[in-house]
Amino acid sequence: MVPEFGQFALVLALLLAAAQAVFGLVGAQRLDPRWMGVVRPAVAGHFVLVSAAIGVLIYAFVNFDFSVAYVASNSNSALPTFYRVAAVWGAHEGSLLLWAWMLSLWTLAVAAFSRNLPPHFASRVMGVLGVVSFGFLLFTLYTSNPFDRLPVEQIPADGRDLNPVLQDPALAIHPPLLYMGYVGFAVAYSFACAAMLEGKLDQVWARWTRPWTTLAWCFLSVGIALGSWWAYYELGWGGYWFWDPVENASFMPWLVGTALIHSLAVTEKRGLFKSWTLLLAILAFSLSLLGTFLVRSGVLVSVHSFAADPSRGMFILGFLVLMIGGALILYAWRAPLLKSQAGFEGGAREAFLLYNNIALVLGALVVLIGTLAPLVNEALGKKSISVGPGWFSRLFPYIALALLTLVAIGIHAAWKRGRLGDSRGRLFAGLGAGVIAGLLIVSIGFGPGKWQSALGIVLGCWVIVSSLFDPVDRWRRKLTLPRAVIGMTIAHIGLGVNVIAISTVESYTIERDVAVGVGESVTMGRYAYRFDKLEPVEGPNYDGVRAEITVLRDGQPVTVLHPEKRNYWVQRSTMTEAGIHSKWNMDLFVALGENLGGGRWSLRAQLRPLIDYVWLAAGLMALGGGLAASDRRYRSRQAVESTATSTPTAPAT
Amino acid sequence: MMPRHKRLFMVLGILAGVGLAASLALTAFKDNVMLFYSPTELAAKAPQAAERFRLGGMVEKGSLKKTEGTLDVQFYVTDYKHTVEVKYSGILPDLFREGQGVVAHGRMQGNVFVADEILAKHDEKYMPPEVAKSLKDNPPPPNISAGT
Repeated sequence: MVPEFGQFALVLALLLAAAQAVFGLVGAQRLDPRWMGVVRPAVAGHFVLVSAAIGVLIYAFVNFDFSVAYVASNSNSALPTFYRVAAVWGAHEGSLLLWAWMLSLWTLAVAAFSRNLPPHFASRVMGVLGVVSFGFLLFTLYTSNPFDRLPVEQIPADGRDLNPVLQDPALAIHPPLLYMGYVGFAVAYSFACAAMLEGKLDQVWARWTRPWTTLAWCFLSVGIALGSWWAYYELGWGGYWFWDPVENASFMPWLVGTALIHSLAVTEKRGLFKSWTLLLAILAFSLSLLGTFLVRSGVLVSVHSFAADPSRGMFILGFLVLMIGGALILYAWRAPLLKSQAGFEGGAREAFLLYNNIALVLGALVVLIGTLAPLVNEALGKKSISVGPGWFSRLFPYIALALLTLVAIGIHAAWKRGRLGDSRGRLFAGLGAGVIAGLLIVSIGFGPGKWQSALGIVLGCWVIVSSLFDPVDRWRRKLTLPRAVIGMTIAHIGLGVNVIAISTVESYTIERDVAVGVGESVTMGRYAYRFDKLEPVEGPNYDGVRAEITVLRDGQPVTVLHPEKRNYWVQRSTMTEAGIHSKWNMDLFVALGENLGGGRWSLRAQLRPLIDYVWLAAGLMALGGGLAASDRRYRSRQAVESTATSTPTAPAT
Repeated sequence: MMPRHKRLFMVLGILAGVGLAASLALTAFKDNVMLFYSPTELAAKAPQAAERFRLGGMVEKGSLKKTEGTLDVQFYVTDYKHTVEVKYSGILPDLFREGQGVVAHGRMQGNVFVADEILAKHDEKYMPPEVAKSLKDNPPPPNISAGT
């Protein structure tokens, strides 16, 4: 009986989403407080029902209810409880339910924190979110119901187990974080649609939208970083970014989202870039939906695309066309009303933020082209092609380096009348310090590598130094240091650290694939990995072998690594568990290949300098974003005051 | 500077930038696009020796040979009509198995496909879509199971 409750709750949630959409949008149009009054209770009810549904699915997983098809294909009686819960979003149906739940959570948050917004505006925002919810719930129920039961005679005695690559703590929390980011952009999208429906977009609007967008961006940053980290140690072969379609699908909304939070800053401070900001808000969410489409329809070959069902693809494609197309038509109709009046100098902060936006959108375009070219080609009926990672890794550095230069210079520029010459002192001081620090790192730390890497390290240092001037100056002059400034500084330091780390990893990684027997070793620079022994291991749902590998530095033992080769019983799949030792400046990595015969095994040995800082930097960016989003000026009371002062024309309702 | 001149310079600068970016992008694209070939297509019209491409099909049962104690392997990729010999030196992916689908990147050297990358991102039921498609276009004789 219990799974049917889940399905029932979802159907009710679908109806409430419809109510939320209709009463929210039509009520705002009619300015009818009774209609709009329905919206918040509908949002709350919707959240409760979707939570109940996901609760039921968790219950079914924890209690081994293999009569539910989804549970039977993704769980097993030997699967530990933690992974049984995580298995809820381990495949297609459940992850859609998670998506829907996250959306209901964001909508609830909007409902709770929008009481000081004009009621018709808040009502429109929640109405648009209701449309999105309705579409997703319909999709879930119609094409991918997680509560579908198996016919009695097909109910298995035991489940088919969760895909072993997904049995990992980081992967248990990676999808929820990523989805929080994806779905969070739905809020920015709804704010944009609401502003277009109102035909009015002012600086106050930007102030309301900013914290939501920044928060979504933070989740997305951490989600992407966790996915990359997981790929690094769990896929077993030491890569941290593969330009895989699914990674690209999360990276594109991140790039456009980054552009959006910066464009929103200009809209808030100066009332400029209004239509550009709207377009970015639409794009960020569209790319999130596109990501879902790419992953879920199975049109692209990828480790992640476990679903290969064309009807799902068609539904998402239709939904995508509706959401993007609808918003773009609205945009074409309303954006001309939202002209920005003020001007600015070519060296002002606005200008630099515009250049940075161009660079970020170009970056997203490069990723988009590489990801979609095979699809477009296929649709044109040509011979099947694939775009290698070289496309991305060749072009992306140029964009990243240009972006970094713009950040390092633009960070000093003043609003409106700023000129490059005004901040000459800081520019040269920062550049000097950056070059010295960067060259020191290159020459002392690693020696010559690729020129892009050396440049990346120098520019990264320059960005870090540059971002410190303003807060240090404020601190010395005993001025206030708002969280927005601290947050921005931390996030920009994160960017610098990230680029330094990636440049280093790309240039100075040492990697060897070798065949070794017990007692033999492989040497990399000052390090040697010695293959000491091999022993059997057994886990709750797998068995395998474990190697013991001693790492020596200049002949002195540093650590012992234990890479494993596991055979998961239920799915009869082989998994590589890498052995990794993280030092402050590099990772010592080893993965066990296969038995080559003659007592020898294949081994992948790596030294990856600074790799942990790639993910740590993403954490810094998210931390900075979180601080900035919690800045005092976004909090309720002041928002109300400024609403009252700066928009006296807001219709009283 | 007059605003009009300024705008002109900006437009010229943007055009130059776009042109440069486009040419960079085009060369990068040309260098990194790989065509997909099935063994049958390869037999019909082989790509030029220097061209790197994707070869996809099933790993022929019983064809995998390892040189003991080294990373060198050799196997045959087949679509049940034509067969290509593949050589590879490196660690095979966990999911690589005889009788299952595989996609390899590499170049032809004579009649041998020398792979520099082997992909087998699938489980025992799943085939790379391109391989599935090429098997569908050229169905194997009924007495051979496609391994699905």
